[in-house]
Amino acid sequence: MSGLRIDGLKVEIEAGAVPVDGVSLAIEGDECVVLLGESGCGKSLTALALMRLLPEGVRIAAGVASLDGEDLFALPERRMRALRGGRLAMIFQEPMTSLNPVLSIGQQVEESLAAHRGLAGRAARAEAGRLLEAVGLAADRLDAYPSQLSGGQRQRALIAMMLAGEPEVLIADEPTTALDVTVQAQILRLLKDLQRQRGMGLLLITHDLDVARDMADRVAVMYAGQIVEWATRERLYGAPLHPYTRRLFRVLPSAARRGEPLEQIAGRVPAADAALVGCRFAERCDLAVEACRREPQALREVAPGHWLRCGVVDVNSSQPNPGPRAGEGGAVGVPPGSATVLELRDLKVHFPIRKGLLRRVAGQVKAVDGVSLAIRAGETLALVGESGCGKTTLARAALRLIEPTAGEILLAGEAIGGLAGEALRRRRTAMQIVFQDPFSSLNPRMRVGDIVAEGLAALRPDIDGMARAARVAELLDRVGLPRDAAGRYPHEFSGGQRQRVAIARALAVQPRLLVCDEPTSALDVSVQAQILNLLAELQREQGLAYLFITHNLPVVGYLAHRVAVMYQGRIVEEGEAGALLSAPGHEYTRMLLESAPGRGLKG
Amino acid sequence: MMPVVLWTDALIFLLVAGLAGLVALVHRHEHLAAPWRRIAADPVAVSAAVVLLAFTAIAVLDSLHYRPALPPGPHGEVQYAPEVKSALDRLLAPLAERQEKTYSAPFATRLYAKEVIILADDSTVRDYPRLQHGGAHLAAPDAGLATDVALRAAAGLVLAVAAWLLLVLALRKRLRRQQFAGGALLYTLLALLVAAGVLAALAPHYHVFGTDKVGQDVLYASLKSIRTGVLIGALTTLVTLPLAIGLGVSAGYFGGRIDDAVQYLYTTLNAIPGVLLIAAAVLLMQTQLETHPDWFETGAERADLRLLFLCLILGMTNWTGLARLLRGETLKVRELDYVVAARAFGVSDGRILLRHILPNVQHIVLISVVMDFSGLVLAEAVLSYVGVGVDPGMLSFGNMINGARLELAREPVVWWQLAAAFTFMFILVLAANLFADCVRDALDPRSRRQA
Amino acid sequence: MTAYLLRRLLYAVPILLGVNLLTFTLFFMVNTPDDMARLHLGVKRVTPEAIEKWKAARGYDRPLLVNAEAAGLGKVTETIFYRHSLAMFAFEFGAADDGRDIAGEIRTRMWPSLAIALPTFVIGLMVNITVALILLFFRRTYVEWSGVVALVAMMSVSGLFYIIGGQYLFAKVWQLAPISGYQEGINAARFVWLPVLIGVVGGVGAGARWYRTLFLEEAGKDYVRTARAKGLGEARVLFRHILKNGMVPILTGAVAVFPLLFMGSLIMESFFGIPGLGSYTIDAINAQDFAIVRAMVFLGAVLYIAGLILTDLSYTLVDPRVRLK
Repeated sequence: MSGLRIDGLKVEIEAGAVPVDGVSLAIEGDECVVLLGESGCGKSLTALALMRLLPEGVRIAAGVASLDGEDLFALPERRMRALRGGRLAMIFQEPMTSLNPVLSIGQQVEESLAAHRGLAGRAARAEAGRLLEAVGLAADRLDAYPSQLSGGQRQRALIAMMLAGEPEVLIADEPTTALDVTVQAQILRLLKDLQRQRGMGLLLITHDLDVARDMADRVAVMYAGQIVEWATRERLYGAPLHPYTRRLFRVLPSAARRGEPLEQIAGRVPAADAALVGCRFAERCDLAVEACRREPQALREVAPGHWLRCGVVDVNSSQPNPGPRAGEGGAVGVPPGSATVLELRDLKVHFPIRKGLLRRVAGQVKAVDGVSLAIRAGETLALVGESGCGKTTLARAALRLIEPTAGEILLAGEAIGGLAGEALRRRRTAMQIVFQDPFSSLNPRMRVGDIVAEGLAALRPDIDGMARAARVAELLDRVGLPRDAAGRYPHEFSGGQRQRVAIARALAVQPRLLVCDEPTSALDVSVQAQILNLLAELQREQGLAYLFITHNLPVVGYLAHRVAVMYQGRIVEEGEAGALLSAPGHEYTRMLLESAPGRGLKG
Repeated sequence: MMPVVLWTDALIFLLVAGLAGLVALVHRHEHLAAPWRRIAADPVAVSAAVVLLAFTAIAVLDSLHYRPALPPGPHGEVQYAPEVKSALDRLLAPLAERQEKTYSAPFATRLYAKEVIILADDSTVRDYPRLQHGGAHLAAPDAGLATDVALRAAAGLVLAVAAWLLLVLALRKRLRRQQFAGGALLYTLLALLVAAGVLAALAPHYHVFGTDKVGQDVLYASLKSIRTGVLIGALTTLVTLPLAIGLGVSAGYFGGRIDDAVQYLYTTLNAIPGVLLIAAAVLLMQTQLETHPDWFETGAERADLRLLFLCLILGMTNWTGLARLLRGETLKVRELDYVVAARAFGVSDGRILLRHILPNVQHIVLISVVMDFSGLVLAEAVLSYVGVGVDPGMLSFGNMINGARLELAREPVVWWQLAAAFTFMFILVLAANLFADCVRDALDPRSRRQA
Repeated sequence: MTAYLLRRLLYAVPILLGVNLLTFTLFFMVNTPDDMARLHLGVKRVTPEAIEKWKAARGYDRPLLVNAEAAGLGKVTETIFYRHSLAMFAFEFGAADDGRDIAGEIRTRMWPSLAIALPTFVIGLMVNITVALILLFFRRTYVEWSGVVALVAMMSVSGLFYIIGGQYLFAKVWQLAPISGYQEGINAARFVWLPVLIGVVGGVGAGARWYRTLFLEEAGKDYVRTARAKGLGEARVLFRHILKNGMVPILTGAVAVFPLLFMGSLIMESFFGIPGLGSYTIDAINAQDFAIVRAMVFLGAVLYIAGLILTDLSYTLVDPRVRLK
């Protein structure tokens, strides 16, 4: 009985919801199991339940978990403590907040060594140094504090802390979600190497199908608190069976789907406190029959090592290849001869660094350092780069939300860099913005109708109240929101719906350019498909130009006409999307492409 | 009679009206009402709110001022008494008018100090004389006192419980809503009714809390002090709010020079020790009042003006804390995407402040208002002790304590005045603190996470 | 770091100047020296001569801001503003109404003030932190619940009650301490312990509750979960991780008020007859001695700013995230 076994785990929230409902899993001693699922499916709670670290008000209601035959849920807390961070360890998603800011890295690693291996003093320090080197940090970083490390380095330090107890199984909860693509590749590589070298089991939790494909030996797909499919990587990616898994693969954008609309999954995940009897995916499933809704579906083994929670799908047919979908989507041709909407010439945004007694300007942070770009009507220009490269600053400067230090901004051929007051305000109808975070982009104290009408009221005072309300209703309808949405508040909507509101708000003033600042990176893939389809439709209908900021290369391949790669404030490479992605010219672009998950781990 | 509206009366009415408006506003907006429903489901919050409302009701009653009419003058002209009375005074007339010579202990039938008493046969003895009012109806006070008190208290209790039962019957249906701590409401009402009933039954015949140095009933003084305490707590906030909101929010939103100026202003004000700044300002106000006797007609108006100025001064020194909080929060909110979106529409600063910033920092204002209230009530006592509080002629907890503390040296000790002042103050402040806690838990997103 | 300190010190100048101008405006412009004289001499039946004499004795007979009659620099220096407001920057506070030198009084009186305020502060800090930690350790038990109720009740009691009650019980009824007074040297302890005890007890309600909030906030952070995931015991999580982080705002906050301890406690000193700066201030207020009040305001502002600078410095010591630039 080596490895970690979970049987019928049920997690309950005091208020009555059951976010994890009967999860069974097994991780052999030296394999990597990926728990794959969209946000809110219960995968993190499953992991925390194993560690017995559930937040207040959440408890394990049923189930058994054992590590090498030892019953985890029956252990007294004292023995569980010896196990936690020892034979069973866990790393977390947020490297920025998961380390204690006032203790040095060395102190935090040595603490684990003291707790699990009884090391102290010089021996502990030496071992801590070795651990840091094992995770790819220099041993002299022992004296560093978390604030002196980058996100990737912090995640390495956290891994070192958890290796201190020589775990048999390491749980990694979205360990790379908060990191840039290139750093993500390094951390994943490190985890895979450590797992193999140490013969350790790895339970990796992720929402990213590509990460899962790179890392997993076996994959468990979770939906609404249950595992719906559980198979080896080869089987799952080769012949997925559950309708949900199949749909999940098909909603992913990629260069191959260019020109066709993405498949969507209608409806939304049932709430965790909903009274559910039958299959939880039934409401969204096109194969569902009446029995699906009435009878609970059991997880059954349909082929050796392949488990499935669906009684309808034909387990012998592999996934029917849907072929190209009807209709248009993603990047279609830019209408010939369309005019340039926005042009940036040698745009610079520098922030002064002040130092010394008199706060003299001692230097400049060159956030944007000489960028020239042009976007035509009906065209999508993807601006690709990692965090801190200046892409958001560039977008805001182009919209005149940040004052550029130098350079020209031409809107439909007219320089707007020097405009102010009323003159600038009139130009603002032409360019609008959609943000990444669907939660901070809508004022929680305003009704959706007022949010959408705000731009109209500010920029088109000539439109009266009645006409404005009609226009708001039309816009909400256009982005696919229900009629009554106007009278409701943002908190009543899901992330995807909020993003639709944000798009309606931007469209209200009939802009010609829409800056989309990572509009789908906070959304689940199934929702991402809906938003990308909507954006593509709008572009075709209205000839909108998009400046699409993203770090997600498959999305770029799917919908961008041209790509500009930004690195340290400059555009290092720019070109037609297909050509650039298949034959990158610049070293940095090549590195980005190679780091993208889904093509197997490097090295 | 002639109604008189003192400055503070006007402001307290304004405050009550504002509060009513706020309640109506919250009631109409779902997202504003949600946290208050959480508060209404919390038994502690409901109990505290009922107690606070009772205190406020007394304060409002005590703010309906008038000058009683006197018998018509020789030529039939209407004349009014020079002193200003309130509705509460009229209610408490049986208490106010039953003045003794000097101290007497609670439920005493005899005076605290010995006096020379002339007996019927013209001989004199030195003894504790009977009180003129307290227990005057008893023929043999020493024997019948305990029974009489017990009987009267029991009668009051029975009446109170009966009244409560009627109330329960009347409210039963309306309180049986989900997520409302109706039980807490009823039991707090029961406690208040019992206290009021027993006091009402006993007070006309005894000095329940004794009498003070000039023979005034201490219960009366305590009830009259409530208005002063509530006013200081509430009016000061009223003064604080415009300054704190205006300066704090604009410092955070506009930044730059405006921020520098506001920060300079509040650092400078904070640099001056609070009590000293208040003391200095009060001393100055005192000289001003003394050199301008034409500003007020009656003693009550003078005391009222002084109270108003005290609130103003406290407000001037108190706004910095809230302003600093608001500045910090505004700095955060102004960076949020929805504000950036509004700026991308060219929405004016004024509109952004009104529609985006203020609604999203208002919880801080509310929390700080309820949190500050109790502190101000306590501060009044300390300031009056230092000699820079309310007018010495005005009834307040601070003045009661101040007048009584020296008497602790007497033998036997005169403790009842202090006890009454501290008890009333404790109940008011405790209710305010508990309520403030609940409001903070419900409104502050940070503390909600912990709950 | 040096540059930072220098800048903070320079920033103190406009603030002190602001305090100075504010007091000047309040004490000399809103309330003219004539008003002051009248207040002291009695409002009615006071002759102009008496007022002039009163003003001359205190040097208030000069012009406020500009002396047109004086020559050269005297135009500026022979004024009330220069003599009575700007002079304070040199810690020249002048004489009180009773003729004594204020600066000298401050020097002798600050020691008794410290003798009370310092132990109250230090013991209070330790007691509050201990109580807060105990409540945190017993989270979700009756100990916590009743502890929090007790703290709220304690902070709802007027500070005067603690003083009056404590003095009555310990000094008058049980005669464990002198009712009032103070002696220098080793005897001071006899007079000091009761005010200190009362000060500490009176401060626990608000103090411990505040620290508990700080600790609770830390307890909800991600790094605490990491510490637990490492298999550390509850006590170690509490004392090493939560306490260490929670102490950052507590210590820096404490440092901020530390210099102000010199000012003493108004109420406590006056109740116990301690000849410190607190009772000095309160006597000055009661005697309406504006010169002393002005001096104390300025002193308080200087100490406040010292506290601000010390806070910044202490951040660099206890919080590795903060580097002053």
